[in-house]
Amino acid sequence: MNANQIDQQQLLSGEKDPLTHTPVHLLSLESVGKHYGSIVALTDVTMAVDNGRVTCVLGDNGAGKSTLIKIIAGLHQHDAGVLNVMGEERKFTSPRDALDVGIATVYQDLAVVPLMPIWRNFFLGSELTTGFGPFKSLDVQKMKDITKKELADMGIDLRDVEQPIGQLSGGERQCVAIARAVYFGAKVLILDEPTAALGVKQSGVVLRYILQARDRGLGVIFITHNPHHAFPVGDRFLLLKRGRSIGYYDKKDITLDELTAQMAGGAELAELAHELEQLGGHGDIVKEVQAEVADVTENAESPRESTPRHL
Amino acid sequence: MTITQSVTKPQAVRDERVSKRNPFQKLLARPEVGALVGAIVLFVFFASVSQTFIQPNAFATVLYGSSTIGIMAVGVSLLMIGGEFDLSTGVAVISSALTASMFSWYFSMNVWVGVVLALVVSLAIGFINGWILMKTKLPSFIVTLASFLMLTGLNLGLTRMIGGGVSSPSISNMDGYAAARAIFASSVNIAGVNVNNTVFIWIALVAVASWVLLRTKVGNWIFAVGGDANAARAVGVPVKSTKIGLFMAVGFCAWILGMHNLFAFDAVQSGEGVGNEFLYIIAAVIGGCLLTGGYGSAVGGAIGAFIFGMANKGIVYAQWNPDWFKFFLGLMLLLATIVNLYVKRRADASKG
Repeated sequence: MNANQIDQQQLLSGEKDPLTHTPVHLLSLESVGKHYGSIVALTDVTMAVDNGRVTCVLGDNGAGKSTLIKIIAGLHQHDAGVLNVMGEERKFTSPRDALDVGIATVYQDLAVVPLMPIWRNFFLGSELTTGFGPFKSLDVQKMKDITKKELADMGIDLRDVEQPIGQLSGGERQCVAIARAVYFGAKVLILDEPTAALGVKQSGVVLRYILQARDRGLGVIFITHNPHHAFPVGDRFLLLKRGRSIGYYDKKDITLDELTAQMAGGAELAELAHELEQLGGHGDIVKEVQAEVADVTENAESPRESTPRHL
Repeated sequence: MTITQSVTKPQAVRDERVSKRNPFQKLLARPEVGALVGAIVLFVFFASVSQTFIQPNAFATVLYGSSTIGIMAVGVSLLMIGGEFDLSTGVAVISSALTASMFSWYFSMNVWVGVVLALVVSLAIGFINGWILMKTKLPSFIVTLASFLMLTGLNLGLTRMIGGGVSSPSISNMDGYAAARAIFASSVNIAGVNVNNTVFIWIALVAVASWVLLRTKVGNWIFAVGGDANAARAVGVPVKSTKIGLFMAVGFCAWILGMHNLFAFDAVQSGEGVGNEFLYIIAAVIGGCLLTGGYGSAVGGAIGAFIFGMANKGIVYAQWNPDWFKFFLGLMLLLATIVNLYVKRRADASKG
């Protein structure tokens, strides 16, 4: 089967947003690029994010995933192309700017302060206050109650929202961060490798929250290097390699195997297997890799040959 | 944002692995509890070896000694919770006092003009420390060490250049001196015991700092910038202004203590203050503030200062050789940091 790429011209002009039924995307990037000094980190990336859709950005280390989200999150500024929010061109100068238009990011390193209580982390930067003028004080009880309720809605009972967030497991902290973004009315939720450091079960928990966020109508950008995590939850897949887009697919046009093949590249895997064998690596691992190579090359033959290098 | 929910909402499940903490355990988790236990032990100890120690007048002296450290420890504690520390505090106190006295004396003005100018200068020193730190991203150790040396030199150099001596000229006969002295360096008689004003200023500062830290937005930000500045920035906390503000708060405390030093005597030695910065840091650390930031309390810093005051005066009342004082202080510091380290390890235990 041939994987059809999304026609970018059609994407940015023709297709309608599934929620608003207008041709305006919640967030769209047109030929966005970024370089740090003489190093080109990102070139000519085009993508769109819509309400209630999960866009997965896949790529190996150094593919430009982090640069891409840093541009959307306002930590860095792009120096080529256009970033549109609700059809309006924007360039964010700080994370606060991005937050103000409803773009919330859950970072790989979680953006939580380990020694602070859960409720303080939940409301950090957007604290609720009561009182007037210089005597504004925190509405502690309300914040604790909301934190508890929001987390319970996500299926986590945290007994005591007063405990330091550092005591939670990685998965639980991800969920607190996601719940926080959802509560503060995020329209676009960026998740930077949320499953990278998690075990199988915890990854499953986080993937479920991604779907929950989607069903609440958020546009989700899910950054990962694991196609097995991306495929079940994603609606669109953007593949990056060395700062360039090497493919942009709708879910109906691609299978998990094709996605894996596109990402890893069969030839590279074969080389790895060969190398491991030479090093006298563990027999089982080599066999596993070889099996995967056979698998991948079989599936990858056709799409790999026909992938239009549109860049 | 209400879209049809197709994913079944998971039921909140109580985690059976975590037992409910009782109030006593909650108390143990507070940052200042180690210092509090230390203070009680020390108090009981000195009360039992010295009859004079628990007499009201002697105790007022202990409180006064504690307050002169404690006023600065308030600012230094907040700064330390915010993840930075300041080595220039000891001499900054003297800089503030010298500014007020030299300016009023040289221009023969009401001392209140000098007092206000000293406040501006103290806040400016704090601002510059914080601003350079934020601009250069150097460690605060280097930046404030530099300002410590520069201020030491300025104190000596300018005092000699303007006043012609190593101490500032006496300002006791100038306009406004009596009023300023009444505020910064007099004492109130409570039931026959003279309690110095600085004690009340100290208590008020601790109360305000505690309220800010625990019950305001800014307090939340202070914990956050000290705990993880990058995380704080990512969720929209103004990291730079928070840190610069903390340095200015330290400047404010230095101004109060500087004014006390000036009006308690009427002249200031320009070479004083060197080494005091460590006493303030020690008070904050004994009180449970982590050197790495993000953890601690204003009350802790106050208890740290109180321990310092008790040990300092208690040794005298017990008629021991004061040579032992520094050893004692070092031991307290070591014990306190070990307790703090244990607390932090426990908080980080399940990280990652």
